[in-house]
Amino acid sequence: MSVDVGTPKAGTSPGAGRGRTRRRADWGRYYTWAVLAWLFAPIIFMIVFSFNDPAGRHNITWQGFTLKWYQNAFAHAELNEAMFNSVTIALLTMVIAGVLGTLLGMALGRFGFRGKQLTNLVMFAAISAPEVVLGAALLSTFLMMNVTTGYWTTVIAHVMFCVSFVAITVRARVITLDPRLEEAARDLGAGPWTTFRLVTLPMLFPGIMAGGMLAFALSIDDYIITSFVSGDVTTFPLWIWGATRVGIPPQVNVMGTLLFSVGLILAVVNIVMARRRRRG
Amino acid sequence: MAPPTSTTQPQASASDAIPAAEPAISLTGVVKAFRSGTETVRAVDGVDLEIGRGEFFSLLGPSGCGKTTTMRMIAGFEDPTEGVVRLDGRDVTGVSANHRDVNMVFQSYALFPHMSVADNVAFGLRRRKVPKAEITRRVGRMLDLVELGHRAKHRPTQLSGGQQQRVALARALVNEPSALLLDEPLGALDLKLRQSMQIELKRIQREVGITFVYVTHDQGEALTMSDRIAVMNNGLVEQLGTPTEIYDRPATRFVADFIGTSNLLRGVVSAASGGLWKVEVADGATVLAAELPDEVTTGSHIHLTVRPEKVNIGTEEPEGQVSRLPGTVTETVYTGAATHYQVDVGDGDEVTVYQQNASGSALVAERGERVWLSWPPHHSYALPS
Repeated sequence: MSVDVGTPKAGTSPGAGRGRTRRRADWGRYYTWAVLAWLFAPIIFMIVFSFNDPAGRHNITWQGFTLKWYQNAFAHAELNEAMFNSVTIALLTMVIAGVLGTLLGMALGRFGFRGKQLTNLVMFAAISAPEVVLGAALLSTFLMMNVTTGYWTTVIAHVMFCVSFVAITVRARVITLDPRLEEAARDLGAGPWTTFRLVTLPMLFPGIMAGGMLAFALSIDDYIITSFVSGDVTTFPLWIWGATRVGIPPQVNVMGTLLFSVGLILAVVNIVMARRRRRG
Repeated sequence: MAPPTSTTQPQASASDAIPAAEPAISLTGVVKAFRSGTETVRAVDGVDLEIGRGEFFSLLGPSGCGKTTTMRMIAGFEDPTEGVVRLDGRDVTGVSANHRDVNMVFQSYALFPHMSVADNVAFGLRRRKVPKAEITRRVGRMLDLVELGHRAKHRPTQLSGGQQQRVALARALVNEPSALLLDEPLGALDLKLRQSMQIELKRIQREVGITFVYVTHDQGEALTMSDRIAVMNNGLVEQLGTPTEIYDRPATRFVADFIGTSNLLRGVVSAASGGLWKVEVADGATVLAAELPDEVTTGSHIHLTVRPEKVNIGTEEPEGQVSRLPGTVTETVYTGAATHYQVDVGDGDEVTVYQQNASGSALVAERGERVWLSWPPHHSYALPS
């Protein structure tokens, strides 16, 4: 997340506030910090308590610093399995929803076809419908079709609600894509597939990546829909929810911190690469 | 019909002479109709063109005249609704753009932003599986030709507009196409750069000897650069000819209006004598014309045009075999190299006169003064009404 907190203080710019305006309160700056604190407080709490050494089963009061949860981060077999399920489901969702959403987004962004408005409507319905409704609907569909719920029904469900997000981000990119670029490629001798591979896809890639990341993030922490369609399979959020009743082990904080770090590193890499690209 | 000693029609001669036996590009009866809702718009409404090898050919017209659509049909981005497109004698109607031996320079340049300048230029050669070493050599040589060798590794977005323009040109030319299509390539540049690029384009065209088809709405640009021009309007070619023919002998009123400034005088043909027509214009004044369209006879109502720079302005009544027209100066505009006069010649007709400021900048006449306008008979030109 990039938030610009470097707004110049009113009255400090040269020649601007000689004398009277010097000591005006900078509410914009206070407000910015308040929002940031509000956003990050729970995450900071999670990270701090991954280093806590709690006496009992509840990791909610600070007892002392330890690294032992990091040393045996993967001590809970069930938690490991849940985490493994979540990550693989999220990756599959990212890839499948990424491909389907890209194709859908391109069709919606570029072509006029019968049923386009309907497709748009269905897409927004999938995004705006309450998850509990989607989950219940999916479950009854699976039951009606006599499909045993489990790992793959979870993947299907996640792809279903993620595909719209990918399609919308890709469509936005397609609309701003200059069709002349593809014509130029055709003009220079590239066939339709080569044009797609060398020009269209690279140009859409930032949109596809953004959509894919969104799908990954939505999938890995989904609780409501997953709880309907996962059958015997446990995912990370489901496991944590179950564990809260008996006391959350600090490994949950550790895994949460690790997940957050991965996201943070990816974001930083992205920013650095974008800067380098701009500089050439 | 011409007066007894009139010369032949100038229009047909030069236009027919230039194209070689097998033109580089030929369009026969080409129509392009677009459906928009329930309406069908004929963007190109029956165009026949033959563009010769090595020719600098311009399609000139206002926006929406069909010039760009015509070019896109040559490039292969649009299929004609009717008619045939031939490149080097081969029928390419329906052949897709990537199988045509022509390359295009787009108005927005359409450079690939995710590739370096060198990769942009190499794109076409790589598609044709040209050996790597040769690609490097040809790309280098082409970038040198457009004076961008030092920018090969940059991204297009890091270049100025003029430099991007030259990359687009290099990217097309490096493929040595049989014809280069340019869609208003200088439109986005400022005036100074545009003028220097016009000369640059002309130089490059002479050096590589490739047929250039140039789409523009800028008549000055077309007149400066072209060997021949097709003036288009409403999906039709209004006139086809050399810049001089187009400028001095506009075939239609549209061409006369669109190319430069021209003065339009309504008149009635009164007599013919000594190889000259007499035409009575406003307030009973008489002007002379050397030639008139065939269908004109004594008593015909016609429109005469004369270019502003062909008209002389003076305070004395001129002598000899010239058109002479009295009037009142309504406006004078000093433009540095020349002074423009607006002269009311009666009946609401106004004539614009450009007078070179060759011997100082003193006004020939002030606003409100009575003046005499005169010009040689061969500069009067009648438009079919």
